[in-house]
Amino acid sequence: MANALSFLTLRRLAVATVIVLAAGYSLAFFAAPEDADQGFIQKIFYLHVPLATVALLGFIVAAGWAILHLRTGDPRYDARSYVSIHISVIFGLAVLITGAIWAKGSWGVWWEWKEPTLVSFLIIFLLYATYYPLRYAIEDRDQQARYSSVFAITAGAFVPLNFLAVRLAQPLIHPRTFSSAGGLPDSMLWPFLVCLVGMAMLWTTLIWFELDAKAARGDLKRIRRALEATA
Amino acid sequence: MTPLLALESNTGYVAGAYLVFLLLLLIYVAIMAARLQRIQRELRELGDLADRSRPGQDIGEVHEREERIESVREEARR
Repeated sequence: MANALSFLTLRRLAVATVIVLAAGYSLAFFAAPEDADQGFIQKIFYLHVPLATVALLGFIVAAGWAILHLRTGDPRYDARSYVSIHISVIFGLAVLITGAIWAKGSWGVWWEWKEPTLVSFLIIFLLYATYYPLRYAIEDRDQQARYSSVFAITAGAFVPLNFLAVRLAQPLIHPRTFSSAGGLPDSMLWPFLVCLVGMAMLWTTLIWFELDAKAARGDLKRIRRALEATA
Repeated sequence: MTPLLALESNTGYVAGAYLVFLLLLLIYVAIMAARLQRIQRELRELGDLADRSRPGQDIGEVHEREERIESVREEARR
């Protein structure tokens, strides 16, 4: 597996991400038909839904890294968990803003408090927003990593449960995207899937970039300490 | 509202949503660029510190040795 992925570098992944996203959004705007009900505004779907899906999956991935951190004690897994949550929170913010714009255009309101899909996503976003003060309130590095991992696992378990609860709830106006009944036609499904893959690649690229930057800062600190000790 | 006006206002919402996403990405890239600049500045400071900690050595010789080390590392990576 490691050998199979050895050709994959950050630069190649970034280039591939740009190509896939460009292809996805070209398909969404020029090949996918306009929605009969909503018209042109439905094009926000190709941005909003992939962002939401990747953000939620990112929180679950962060929980996976946190489990590995608690099992092994390796700080690299804690860093991966932290960065996964960080990028997913940024994606989550984009989901809330793009969703509000879509809601205003389609329903005439920026927000609908009675809609379980919207409120549940806001709850998840706010839950993860508390990760930062929790993490940085703890000064001891080991304790900070351990508590953050416990948070990431607990909150990560909450994400699929929340998704399930929303599925079981009675929808008000927000459509159900991954439902068996009344799914997307192929002409919309393929552009959507390419956008989803592109968004997942963008998430991975940003995670990799952030982790490399973190590692570089860590190396610099170590070199500075070593040099100052010998100076 | 005429259909033309409806289309125009819808276009604005779509453009707005995509621009918000682009803006968020740009803000992220700008933050990362600022961090990169800080790393580069620290690297320069560390280079100066390393030069000062080896006052007896010729700087050119030190750089030559560092380049040799880097090329050996590159070969090892391959």
